[in-house]
Amino acid sequence: MFKYILKRVGFIFISLFFIVTITFFLMQAAPGGPFTSERKVPPKIEEQLNEAYGLDEPLIIQYKDYLVNIVKWDFGPSFKQKGQSVNDIINRSFKYSLILGFEAIFLALSVGVFLGVLAALYHNKFGDYAAMIFAVLGISVPSFILAAVLQYTFAFKLGLFPIAKFDSFMHSILPAVALATTPLAFIARLMRASMLEVLNSDYIKTAKAKGLSSRVTIYRHGIRNAILPVVSYLGPLVTAILTGSFIIEKIFAIPGLGNEFVESITNRDYTVIMGTTVFFSILLLFSILIVDIIYGLIDPRIKITGSKGDQ
Amino acid sequence: MNWRKWSLLLTIVFAMSMFLAACGGGDDADTDTDGEANDTEEASGDEELADEQELSVNIKTEPPSLHPGTSTDTTSSAVLDQVFEGLTRVNQDNEVEEGMAESWDISDDELTYTFHLREDATWSNGDPVTASDFEYAWKWVLDPENADTDYAYQLYPIKGAEDAKEDDGSLDDVGITAEDDHTLVVELEQPTEYFLELTAFYTYYPLNEDVVSENKDWATDAGDDYVTNGPFQLVSWDHKDNIVIEKNEDYWDADTVKLETITMHMIDDENTALQMYENDDIDWIGDPTDSVPLAAIPTMKDADELEISDRAGVYYYSFNTEEEPFDNENIRKAFAYSLDRTSIVENITQGEQKPATALVPPSIFEENEEGYFEDNDVDTAKEYLEKGLDELGIDELPTIKLSYNTDEGHAAIAQAAQDIWKKELEVEVELNNEEWNVFLDSLGEGDYQVGRMGWIADFNDAINFLEIFETVGGNNYTNWEDEEFQKLIKESRSELDTDKRREILRDAEEIFMDHMPIAPVYFYTNLYAFKDNVKNITVSPIGNIQYKWGYITEE
Amino acid sequence: MSHSQIKETDFEPIHYEQSDAERIAGESTSFWKDAWRRFKQNKLAIIGIIVILLLTIMSLTGTMISGQNYSDNDLLNANQSPSLEHWFGTDHLGRDLFARTWYGARISLFIGLMAAFLDLIIGVIWGTIAGYLGGRVDEYMMRIADILSGVPYLLVVILLMVIMPAGLWTLIIAMTITGWIGMARIVRGEVLKLKAEEFVMASRSLGASTTRIISKHLIPNALGAILVTLTLTIPTAIFTEAFLSFLGLGVPAPKASWGTMTSDALSSLRYYPYQLFFPAFFICLTMLAFNVVGDGMRDALDPKDRR
Repeated sequence: MFKYILKRVGFIFISLFFIVTITFFLMQAAPGGPFTSERKVPPKIEEQLNEAYGLDEPLIIQYKDYLVNIVKWDFGPSFKQKGQSVNDIINRSFKYSLILGFEAIFLALSVGVFLGVLAALYHNKFGDYAAMIFAVLGISVPSFILAAVLQYTFAFKLGLFPIAKFDSFMHSILPAVALATTPLAFIARLMRASMLEVLNSDYIKTAKAKGLSSRVTIYRHGIRNAILPVVSYLGPLVTAILTGSFIIEKIFAIPGLGNEFVESITNRDYTVIMGTTVFFSILLLFSILIVDIIYGLIDPRIKITGSKGDQ
Repeated sequence: MNWRKWSLLLTIVFAMSMFLAACGGGDDADTDTDGEANDTEEASGDEELADEQELSVNIKTEPPSLHPGTSTDTTSSAVLDQVFEGLTRVNQDNEVEEGMAESWDISDDELTYTFHLREDATWSNGDPVTASDFEYAWKWVLDPENADTDYAYQLYPIKGAEDAKEDDGSLDDVGITAEDDHTLVVELEQPTEYFLELTAFYTYYPLNEDVVSENKDWATDAGDDYVTNGPFQLVSWDHKDNIVIEKNEDYWDADTVKLETITMHMIDDENTALQMYENDDIDWIGDPTDSVPLAAIPTMKDADELEISDRAGVYYYSFNTEEEPFDNENIRKAFAYSLDRTSIVENITQGEQKPATALVPPSIFEENEEGYFEDNDVDTAKEYLEKGLDELGIDELPTIKLSYNTDEGHAAIAQAAQDIWKKELEVEVELNNEEWNVFLDSLGEGDYQVGRMGWIADFNDAINFLEIFETVGGNNYTNWEDEEFQKLIKESRSELDTDKRREILRDAEEIFMDHMPIAPVYFYTNLYAFKDNVKNITVSPIGNIQYKWGYITEE
Repeated sequence: MSHSQIKETDFEPIHYEQSDAERIAGESTSFWKDAWRRFKQNKLAIIGIIVILLLTIMSLTGTMISGQNYSDNDLLNANQSPSLEHWFGTDHLGRDLFARTWYGARISLFIGLMAAFLDLIIGVIWGTIAGYLGGRVDEYMMRIADILSGVPYLLVVILLMVIMPAGLWTLIIAMTITGWIGMARIVRGEVLKLKAEEFVMASRSLGASTTRIISKHLIPNALGAILVTLTLTIPTAIFTEAFLSFLGLGVPAPKASWGTMTSDALSSLRYYPYQLFFPAFFICLTMLAFNVVGDGMRDALDPKDRR
């Protein structure tokens, strides 16, 4: 097990190396300079800027410097937010995204699994239809529409929640709901499909035939086996929450990392783009690793082994 | 970190209670409610001041820099203009008045300005504001060692400034001299009629040398080192979230300042901001740091909620005069004449913008209310088209590309232009939108045919519009230049007589419009709304907002 | 059962031969025929199919019905509520929303189907191979997927939009570059699970070739999961496009998709709700249709799930 994790972590670093490299060179290829502005800067001053940010060096030197700095966990200075480093930006904004993300993941998982199980147990009955209508609606409404409508009705019209910003738990409810709905519906559907499959499988029928109470069957055998597709969806779930946050944070004026990322792209703030991209990637890669480990722990039929050599 | 926040909070609470106590005492004197409420008059007792002088506004995004020497944008200036003060200040009526300087002398040749600083001006840490603080700040910007000083060219009217910044000239040769603590002598390269307006601009703000030279990161956070000299001071700066400024009691004109606290939120989404405005979470919406959502404009206008004021700026389509068919003057004219500006302004932008058929806004040249040609003059446009096609030796126009930067409003205007050009000139127009920085680079590289552009004046003078097109490069994306035009611009610079100078600049504009390297679309307006109890805050034609004179009345 | 006369001859054993056994067992039905029979019984799914067909037909012909052009501006008639002339009203440039809705349907459906199709092809091939072969190959293949999915797709999309000319195919390609990974992961998971099942082991021990096992056992058995994912990939692609529209990166004007229409209408939600209603309604309807059809297919195709 330990060896397996070590190996996976090694792979994560290799992946990161590729990501950093690809991002770095894509950024170089992208048109639109970081110091372009409406009021054209005199060429001399632009030269001084390039020099100050090391952009006058040959590409390969810049690349090497960037790699070395990344290893030291230094993402460099922001081009647009003067005097601030990318590390500052990540440090101050990540906490908002983290809280929002955890709330949304918690919501999506708990409600999603619950609805899925409910639907499967009451297959083709009212509970099924109710849960699935909810799930389908959740999938059908794009998150930005949902966010805007939630904000308009619950915050603006009814005044139940604050309209925007992120100062208290109350502030976080609407954005978390808006962020969670699509993945929640996704999970509910996955859970339902897989639960139905499990309920119809031979071993559950056997368990029932052996006289186990249906509650024991459902909990001990059913859910545990049916949850596997949901677990394998956890990786994409984290991605969905992260990318979803780009829009949700904008609508609810939350100073989170997603907001920074989108803004850095429109601003062509290269160091911030690269920094946030690398940071997001690290986050995703480690959550995928965790998902795989959990997957292995839950499904006894999949043995966690690095490769045949380890066996 | 935390104790600092707490102590700040305590300070605010303390200051608030002081203020409340003071107000309680002064109430009797102030309760004089006859006379009409007049927005431009000071709160001399016409209205009852509210107990809580707290204002909440939206600055939309994080200010990129709160260092006067490195900032280049309206968001930063919306903060800087409150917490700093230059030698002069442009007041509510757009007149230059005394700031840190209580008087000044101008030499007869208009090349030497001697500023006399007020004795009672202090920094927020108690240090006196001296002439050398100005010298230090300006030379800091002009020092080639200091990057991020994109706006150094704002200082180029000063003798030797451009040399020092760009051509290895010595900083000692720059015409800035602090004769003594309270006398600053500035020598100019050439007479500059608007120099006193420039000294009110943020690149010309002073810096407290002692503090700033010790800590190069002084401007990245609120704190003891963020030392300022304006009517307000920075209390807290939660990045990407909000900025809080409060009244500076030591400001020389503190008696005028009524507002105690101003919270500047950073809400990017216009609709979110509008909802917060209607929910009374913020007191101000729209220009200069934000905009009113297009869809909300008609309703707000009907409800008489919207304030509209002139803005010295022009929205235009730039022609790439090196690309066929826009290398032909008549074709350019056909495109410019056929645009239906009135319809664009009335139905799309809806902010009572003025259809533009000239370059310089009517707030500077009144004649330009009329402009140089008639709007939507389809017949003349077709004549020009005919002539142009003949000259080019083609039967019909090729498909042309209209580029703009990604934005709902620009897209709508571009589609209206596409529609009318297709209808009247029978030309296929392909729309091309790009992200802002990419767009600017494409234009800079001449990789476009027709491109959306806009210019908002840095200072309220015609030269600011005309000199853009003096030479190719910089902000002139048209690839058009003209010797006669250049000659007139040069001539205007040495002309000391205001009327004659104006005449010369008018002539230059006429030449420009005759060559039509751009198709003006409309002159900007400021569009904003504020709560009824917010008084005496206006947006200037160059898009500045000042809270110095603002106050809040009892509802 | 009728109670008519029972004859003695009825009790005589009929002539019986070994070779008749199969004939008597009933007509042999193919897997797909069987599936179709079961699918037909699912009324909801049939309605879903009809809705999808109708939407497709409308997306091809709808722009012609109202006699209005989707891109013609008419600024004097901007923001008109639905009327006899403009059935769905007009937008902020006075364009007919009925024509735009169906034009948008064409673009949105095309994006959705194309992206789903490309995701499917790449995802299934990738996932099956990785899952079936396992070991080192699986390891490498999934690591490549990890690297790709480690890069936020929005970045990839924006870069591609910037490097390539803005347009439909840029969008579709950008979506596919990372979009197939979800499909590949799910297929791989499913294959891993199936691989451990007895019938696959049995087949393998009987000496079946890899290709045969994959095509005869793994793919049909994984089809349920693939279809469920697929019916969700189409909405996801339509969504992603809407998401990008909201960030100003959707299909370029004057082209319209349901995504750009909804995001345009969002800012006027409070003033002209009908502008949001129509495209949003059709997005929902499309999603709904694809979902019930997907469900129907899953029920019909899953051989283990016979009820």
